[in-house]
Amino acid sequence: MMKTFVLSFCLLVTTFSMTFAQSAQYQGAMAKQIALLDDPANHGPEKMQEIANTFERIAAAEKTQWLPYYYAAYCYVMNALMEKDKSKVDAIDDKAQNAILQADGLSPKNDEIYCIRSLIATARIGVDPQTRGMQFGSEAATWLAQAAQINKDNPRVDLLQGQSLYYTPEQFGGSKEKAKEKFEIALKKFAAFKPASEIAPHWGEEYTRQLLAK
Amino acid sequence: MYKFYLILFISGLSSTILRAQTKVSGKVTDKKNHPLQGVNISIKDSYDGATSAADGTFSFTTDATGEQSIIFSLNAFQTQEQKVNLSGPLTLNIILRNDISQLKIVTISAGSIEASSEKNNTVLKPLDIVTTGGAMADIVSALKTLPGTQQTNDREGLFVRGGTGYETQTFIDGLLVRNPFYSGLPDMPGRGRFSPFLFKGTTFSSGGYSAQYGQGLSSALVLESQDLPDRSSYSLGVSPIGFSGGLDELSKDKKGSFGIEADYTNLGPYLNVIKPKFEPSVNPEIIGTSANFRRKTSKTGMLKFYGYSNWTHMGSIRPSFEYEGGKELFEMKNQNVYTNLSYKELLGNDWKINAGVSFSTNTDRITLDTMPKNPDPLKIHNLSQLAQSRVMLTKNIGNFSALRFGGEYQYAVENAEYNGYKANYTDNYSAAFAEGDIYITPQFVGRVGGRMEYSSKIGKMNLAPRVSLAYKLDQNSQVSLAYGDYYQKPEQQYLRFKPDLDYMKATHYIASFQRVANNYTLRVEAFYKKYHNLVKTSPDTATNGTGYAKGIELFWRDRKSVKNLDYWVSYSYLDTKRNYLTYPYEVQPDFAAKHTFSVVTKYYISSITTNIGLTYSFATGRPYYNPNLPVSEFMSQKTIDYNSVGLSVSYLTAIRKAFTIFILSVNNVGNFKQVYGYHYSTDALRREAITPNIPRFIYLGMFMSFGIDRRQETIDNL
Repeated sequence: MMKTFVLSFCLLVTTFSMTFAQSAQYQGAMAKQIALLDDPANHGPEKMQEIANTFERIAAAEKTQWLPYYYAAYCYVMNALMEKDKSKVDAIDDKAQNAILQADGLSPKNDEIYCIRSLIATARIGVDPQTRGMQFGSEAATWLAQAAQINKDNPRVDLLQGQSLYYTPEQFGGSKEKAKEKFEIALKKFAAFKPASEIAPHWGEEYTRQLLAK
Repeated sequence: MYKFYLILFISGLSSTILRAQTKVSGKVTDKKNHPLQGVNISIKDSYDGATSAADGTFSFTTDATGEQSIIFSLNAFQTQEQKVNLSGPLTLNIILRNDISQLKIVTISAGSIEASSEKNNTVLKPLDIVTTGGAMADIVSALKTLPGTQQTNDREGLFVRGGTGYETQTFIDGLLVRNPFYSGLPDMPGRGRFSPFLFKGTTFSSGGYSAQYGQGLSSALVLESQDLPDRSSYSLGVSPIGFSGGLDELSKDKKGSFGIEADYTNLGPYLNVIKPKFEPSVNPEIIGTSANFRRKTSKTGMLKFYGYSNWTHMGSIRPSFEYEGGKELFEMKNQNVYTNLSYKELLGNDWKINAGVSFSTNTDRITLDTMPKNPDPLKIHNLSQLAQSRVMLTKNIGNFSALRFGGEYQYAVENAEYNGYKANYTDNYSAAFAEGDIYITPQFVGRVGGRMEYSSKIGKMNLAPRVSLAYKLDQNSQVSLAYGDYYQKPEQQYLRFKPDLDYMKATHYIASFQRVANNYTLRVEAFYKKYHNLVKTSPDTATNGTGYAKGIELFWRDRKSVKNLDYWVSYSYLDTKRNYLTYPYEVQPDFAAKHTFSVVTKYYISSITTNIGLTYSFATGRPYYNPNLPVSEFMSQKTIDYNSVGLSVSYLTAIRKAFTIFILSVNNVGNFKQVYGYHYSTDALRREAITPNIPRFIYLGMFMSFGIDRRQETIDNL
C-alpha cells in the first residue's frame, strides 16, 4: 500500500517536475531576453533584431504562448520607430504586424497587445505624415482606447496616449500640457502596477520619466 | 526503497538538464556570396539557435541530438530548412535565395504618371495635386505641371503631346465622363468639375495606355474614387466668392458610409472689385450638390455610388469685332448631372470583378446677341446624355501575371438646337477588350492586349492592338516600351452633320526610363505619335487629315536635398504638325508650343504649420493664324512666350475642435502678359489678342472639418 502510494507520488512528482522543467526553461529563456530588452545598451537595431529572432524561436517552439510573439512584435516595432530610412519602415512594421497578429490569435482582447498594435500604426505615420496622418493616427488612437476599455489600470496606455499628444502638432489636436498630465497619470499607475508574472509586459516607466523631464 | 525512487526521480530531473551539447556554426550568404546579417537560425521546435552576425557567421550549442531540422529565415529571402544529423560539431554554409514575392516587381509605366495614397513609389501623392501652387485645387491645372502637357489655358481640357483637349478622356472608376469640365465662355474654359479630394488615386497617361480604355487619341486621365472614410466628419468652407458645406457619415459597423455636399459660388462681388477684361452680363453663379454612398458588401466587396448635380449661369459682353461700336453678348446656362455606381468583388479562385453603370446629362442653353443691332438673338440649346455599363473580369495567374477582359456599352444622345433648327443623333457604342500582364520574370513584364469597338453612328468596327514591355534594371530603375493604336469618334459637331466620317486614329510609340527612389524621381520619355483620319472641314468635312507629334520629356523630383523643400521640374520638347480642320497643309497647330517647362516647389514650415507652394511655368510662343498672310505662310507667326507664377499658401490650424485650413491662392503672381493667340475680324482688318479675362486671380478661403469621434461607440460595439 505504502509502496504504491510512494510510487504514484513519485511518478506524479516526476511528471510535474518535467512540465515544471519545461515551463522553467520557458520562463528562464523569456526572462533572459526580457532582461536584455530592459537594458538600454541593447536598443540598437542589430541587437533588437537578434532579440526578436530569439523570441521568434521561442514562439515557434512553444506554439501556444502569446508573450514570445508579443515581445518579437515589440522589438520590431521599436526598430520601425527608430529607423531613419523611411523606405524601410513598412517592411519592418509588417514583421511587427505579423507577430502581433499571432499573439492576438492566442490571446484575444488583450490590452497589452492593443498597445503594440497602436505603436505599429504610429510607426506607419512617420513614413509620410501628410498623407498617412489621418488614417493611421486615428487607428493608433482607436487601439489605445480599446486597450483602456479592457484594462483601465494599464499604465502603458496612458504613456502612449501621452506620447501621441506630445508629438502631435497642436493644430492637429496635440498638446504638451495634456501630454504631461497623461505621463503623470501613467507614473501613478506604474507605481501601482503589478505585472502578472516576471515575464509579463512591464516596460515604459523609465521612458515615461524621460518624456516628463523633457 | 524510498531512496531508490528518490534517486530515480533526481536522475530523471537532472537528465533534462545535463544533456550532451552539440556545437553548430557556419555562415549564411546570398547567391552573390554577400554575407547576410540578422538571419534567424533555429532548430525546429526548440529554442536553440542564433542570429547571424554582420559577417554572416553564427554559432550556437544545442542539446538536441539525432535527426533535426535547422531553419534559416530572413526577411525578403526564402526560408530554408536543412535536415541534419546532430552527433558531433557541425559546420553549415548556407546560401539563401531572394524571396521573389518580396522583391520589388516591375510595373508597366510607359506614358503614365500615377498619384496614389495606397501604393508606394508613385511619382505623386494625391495631396500633391491639392498643394500645387496656383492650381486652385483643380486636377487638370495641377497636371499641367507634368511633362507632356501644354499650357493651353484659353481652351478646355488637357492638351497632351500634340493632341487637342478632346483627345484626352476622363474615367472615374473605369467609366467614361462625357463632360468632365464646367461649360465655359469663349476663350475662358471651365475648370474640372470634380474635386481632387474625391479620389484616392489619379493616373495620368500621356500615351500608350491599357486596352481597358478607349476613345482617347492622346491621353487618359484615370480617377479612382475614395473608399470608406476613416471617420465621420462635417465640413464647412467659406470664401469671398461662395460657401460650401458637407457631411460624411461612417456607419456604426464601419462597413458603410454616406455623404452629401452642397456649394454656392457667386463671382459677382469679386468681379465688381477686380474689373475683368470683359464685362459680365450676369453675376456668374454656380450651385452644386453631390451625394455619395459606399457599402462594403463583404470582406472584399465594395459598392460605391456617386451622384453630382450642378447648375451654372454666366455670360460676357465684349466689344464687337464685326460692327464698330457694337457689343457681343454670350450668355450660358448649364445644367449637369453625373452619376456613377460601381461594384468590385473578389470571386474566389483568383478571379476579380469590376462592374459599373453611369448616367450623365448635360444641357447648355446659350444666347448670342449682337447689340445694339437688331436681329433676334441666336438661341442654342445643346443636350448630351450618356448612359453606360461596363464589366471587367480579372484572373490572377501565378504570383504576378493577370488576364483582364471585359466589355462596355454606351448609349449617347447628342441633341443640338440652333434657333429652332434641330440636328439630333444618337450613338450606340460597344467595346470589348482583353489584355494580359505576363511576367516572364518578376523583372520583366509584357502587356499584350487589344480593344474592339463599334459605333452605330459611324457604322464601322475598329480593332486596336496595344503592347507594352517593362524591364527592371535594379531596385529603383526600369525601362519601358509601349506601342498602341487609338481610335476616337470625331467631335459631335462634325459627326452630327456628316454621318459618313470615319474614326480618327493615332498610333503611339513610347520609350521611357524611370528611376523612383525614396526621395527622388527621374523620368525620361521619348515618343512618336502618328495621326491618321483627323477631321478636315475644308474643302469638305471628311476624315482625311494627317499629322504627327514627336518629342522628349524630362521629369525630376527631389524631396531630400533641401530640408522641408519638395520640388519637381518638368520639361517637354514637342515637334508636331498636323493638317486638320481648315489647315491647307501640315503645320504646327495653334495649341502647341515647342518647349514647355515647369518648376513646382512646396515648402513646409512646420513651426507655423504652413505649406507654401510656388509654381513657375514657361512655354514658347504658339502659332496663330493671320488671314493677311499668303497660304504659304499659314500659321507662320507666333505669340510671345508664356510665363506664369502661381502661389498657394495654406495654413493649418485648429479652431476649437475643428481642423481648419486657410488657403490663399494666386495665379500669375508676376502679372505677366499672357497672349494665347489672336482673333481677326472677317475682313482681316482688326485683330484682338486672346488674353486671360482675369489676368491675376486671387482666392482666399477657409475650410473647416469637424471630426465626429466615434471611438467610444466602436468600443461599446465590440
